[in-house]
Amino acid sequence: MPNEQSTASPEEAVVHVDTVSAAQASPDVAQPYRELGLKDDEYTRIREILGRRPTEAELAMYSVMWSEHCSYKSSKVHLSYFGKTTTDEMKSKMLAGIGENAGVVDIGDGWAVTFKVESHNHPSYVEPYQGAATGVGGIVRDILAMGARPVAVMDQLRFGPADAADTRRVLPGIVSGVGGYGNCLGLPNIGGEVVFDESYAGNPLVNAACIGVLRSEDMYTAHASGAGNKVILYGSRTGLDGIGGVSVLASDTFSGDGSAGAGSNARRKLPSVQVGDPFAEKVLIECTLEVFAADLVVGIQDLGGAGLSCATSELASAGDGGMHVWLDKVPLRATGMSPAEILSSESQERMCAVVTPDKVEAFLEVCRKWEVEADVIGEVTDTGRLVITFHDEVVVDVPPRTVAHEGPVYSRPVERPASQDVLEANTPDSLERPSTPEELRETILRMIASPNLCSRAWVTDQYDRYVRGNTVLAQPADSGVVRVSDDSNLGVSMATDCNGRYTALDPYHGAQLALAEAYRNVVTGGAAPTAVTNCLNFGSPEDPAVMWQFSEAVKGLADGCAQLGIPVTGGNVSFYNQTGTTAILPTPVVGVLGVIDDVRRRTIVGVGQEAGETLILLGETLDEFGGSEWANVVHNHLGGRPPAVNLDTERVLGEILIAGSRDGMISAAHDLSEGGLAQAVVEMCLTGETGARIVLPADLDPFVALFSESTARVVVAVPRSEELRFTEMCQARQFPMTRIGVVIPEEPVLDIQDVATLSLDELRTAWEGTLPALFA
Amino acid sequence: MTDASNSQASNGQAPNSDTNLTGARIGVITFPGTLDDVDAARAVRYAGAEAVALWHADDDLQGVDAVVVPGGFSYGDYLRAGAISARTTVMGAVVEAAKGGLPVLGICNGFQVLTESGLLPGALMRNEHLRFICRDQWLRVENNTTVWTTRYEPGAEILVPLKNAEGRYVADASVIDELEAEGRVIFRYVGAEGDHNPNGSLGDIAGISSADGRIVGLMPHPEHAIDALTGPTDDGLGIFLSVIDSLLKV
Repeated sequence: MPNEQSTASPEEAVVHVDTVSAAQASPDVAQPYRELGLKDDEYTRIREILGRRPTEAELAMYSVMWSEHCSYKSSKVHLSYFGKTTTDEMKSKMLAGIGENAGVVDIGDGWAVTFKVESHNHPSYVEPYQGAATGVGGIVRDILAMGARPVAVMDQLRFGPADAADTRRVLPGIVSGVGGYGNCLGLPNIGGEVVFDESYAGNPLVNAACIGVLRSEDMYTAHASGAGNKVILYGSRTGLDGIGGVSVLASDTFSGDGSAGAGSNARRKLPSVQVGDPFAEKVLIECTLEVFAADLVVGIQDLGGAGLSCATSELASAGDGGMHVWLDKVPLRATGMSPAEILSSESQERMCAVVTPDKVEAFLEVCRKWEVEADVIGEVTDTGRLVITFHDEVVVDVPPRTVAHEGPVYSRPVERPASQDVLEANTPDSLERPSTPEELRETILRMIASPNLCSRAWVTDQYDRYVRGNTVLAQPADSGVVRVSDDSNLGVSMATDCNGRYTALDPYHGAQLALAEAYRNVVTGGAAPTAVTNCLNFGSPEDPAVMWQFSEAVKGLADGCAQLGIPVTGGNVSFYNQTGTTAILPTPVVGVLGVIDDVRRRTIVGVGQEAGETLILLGETLDEFGGSEWANVVHNHLGGRPPAVNLDTERVLGEILIAGSRDGMISAAHDLSEGGLAQAVVEMCLTGETGARIVLPADLDPFVALFSESTARVVVAVPRSEELRFTEMCQARQFPMTRIGVVIPEEPVLDIQDVATLSLDELRTAWEGTLPALFA
Repeated sequence: MTDASNSQASNGQAPNSDTNLTGARIGVITFPGTLDDVDAARAVRYAGAEAVALWHADDDLQGVDAVVVPGGFSYGDYLRAGAISARTTVMGAVVEAAKGGLPVLGICNGFQVLTESGLLPGALMRNEHLRFICRDQWLRVENNTTVWTTRYEPGAEILVPLKNAEGRYVADASVIDELEAEGRVIFRYVGAEGDHNPNGSLGDIAGISSADGRIVGLMPHPEHAIDALTGPTDDGLGIFLSVIDSLLKV
């Protein structure tokens, strides 16, 4: 390689520039492609595409864009099944789907909603606070890039055992990172998940979801059209943080300048986890919404994983196919950054817009108002090439589609492991069950205090759920609901769910169980499910057993969505979630978006709103304990079959709950999931600060009645005056229904007849005490 | 007139703009990182006044009858919360107008801005437990004679959201004594013994006023409690109704 380095002084950081002409002149230079995560045949293909060796900058671009994270190279062949199972009818309300920054759905009255979940697992293990914070920042920019105002966030967090030492390191940092960033952005956090399981000990999961609202005619997409249009980079400066976040760059060998001096090497050791600045993102949001409102933008893209490499190649390949970028015009926060570093930097709070020349000044004026730095860094061309120059030297000259969309695709080996049979055969049937009233009482208290069932308030109280004033339901509700605007009663609802234990027992049905629960949570709040997103967290795709779990989960989810008639509008895949060779529980987090035409009729969880309420259990209870929380808490057992899933039944249940809400027949409702009926009733009483008297069905074993995790079940509180009308509606639909008790406002107790009488104080102490005791 | 160009880009659905039944005009300041300006403006409208958007870089208060400094993270709060905002152009104008008796309400970050501006004594420090806390909080209205509290019964207890990381009110003992003696502790945290004070504030102080009762600052968020649909109660509306009453009497 040319040795310009010899002319630079040691104090001044050396900018090492490998140009296209240098690449042509030195075809045989050894390049560190393996350290950058590329396989031999992938590197060979890049050479074939270019007809020469790539420059360092090109190599950096291809390596990050062809990484698993950006290219979906192992998952693509499976994900295509979502497209095959989505009918035209399901697509009828979709304005944008898979492949865009986020899916967009028409919700009526001229409003549209965009929503997405994304993972930030690995950075959050390395640096919990910043990893989680920038996870929120990244998903919010995805939503913003669709032309929407972000209106709410949710987070799905999974940790090792609650009492493990490392969980105490990771959890408080992640929670305060989610809160610290989201609170400062002014986005209400309306729900999410906190789950503990040993499999996440060395690999916690941090998924972040965001919902955005827009007028349906105002949607933007990431494309660069119109030769002569300008490319504007705005937001924070580009620095050395987060370089190689997605491709695990080996920084020392990366620039090939080990001789550049000690100072230079130290500089290159900056953390590969990005550092977030939520205030910068807040002004970036307002600035971006103002340029949208003034119609100053042709296309837009956020800068996330793979930074400018991704933004420029995606914008160019989605537009007219050509772009020229002057890399020396990118504002930097470090001196002496090489073109490869500038292209790979994952510095946060940046966006890239394509603007017609006549609107550039107006665009820059809005940026000045919000004190956001903005510079024209490029131009759209009709050459079909993405050409990037650095001080007039060409450092990148590539067909952009080969970077952004035509990466490698693998059909990895898929094999159901023999251990699956062993797992299934190990049923929970022989586990010792509580039978006496004393044992059942003790089990209730033990279960509600267990880490996966106890109150999440210690976590959620660190998140602002009120900001913007449109939050209608938030944690501990089954789903979060926000009003789309002050002058409308239209609302959007979202719930995300996944039980990795069920998915481990049966990935196909486990994914459907996640879908069923998220669907049920949305209808329990009174909203109509409309669209689905996902965040598929799995182990290594190079393990055939993991790929089997993955392919089964995708099939299960896609088939389930087709059965329910709601489309998957987008998703995210996170592989390599494992410690050594042990993968996490397969965790396909499913998010269901719902629409509620009038937020004033949303259904709350707490009982006691009406003078007299009857409690009715909807659905059928079977003896189902495979993968249950009871088996986990009491016996540390995982085996057998997960509860049966019946999506047609879920759909009828949904119709009942929505109709009940619309016609004022339901005053509260809560879905049954982990922990079963006992958990649901305790939460309804504690949330409503009101007691209840329960009479368990005579034909069921009390233990099964209280703790089974059979699906398609909800407890509703029905005002006494509506009881007849409600039960007639259920009978008309032939839906199983059991009157299980009444609310007793005069007595602060949960009285389960012939089993136990528990004071609300006693229940509250058990339910609320666990997380503060572990983490406060 | 509301200067729409200064309001945040797309909160501009201008809902309920026909509710200015009283003719009162109340300014709501937006710093770059202000978050609860949309909520404060909504509360002003719900109470029947016109909400006038005031931008941090402007020195013209547009003749408003009162000003709300809302919550948020005005400049990211990387320095002391409110320290930079206190030195902005608009706050210069507010401090000047306040000398002439303009009613000013600071909520959360706005309260921090008022202490940093010298309009109210004391300071807001990091919460005792060092965490951000968001919860529904009971407050007792200790003084219902300020322009912002006349709608409440003496000693009324109200439930409003509280959400902050730096909400622990501190001041010299002499200042606290003076505030207590002069009835300038306006809101006090109440509730279950042991859990009522969310952040370690001295004297359970949630909000205070200036000597003339025209400037009030509090950490909890009355603007989030104007409708039981979106807040725990509508107990916060009284604050906005009170100041409008005072303007109508003038």
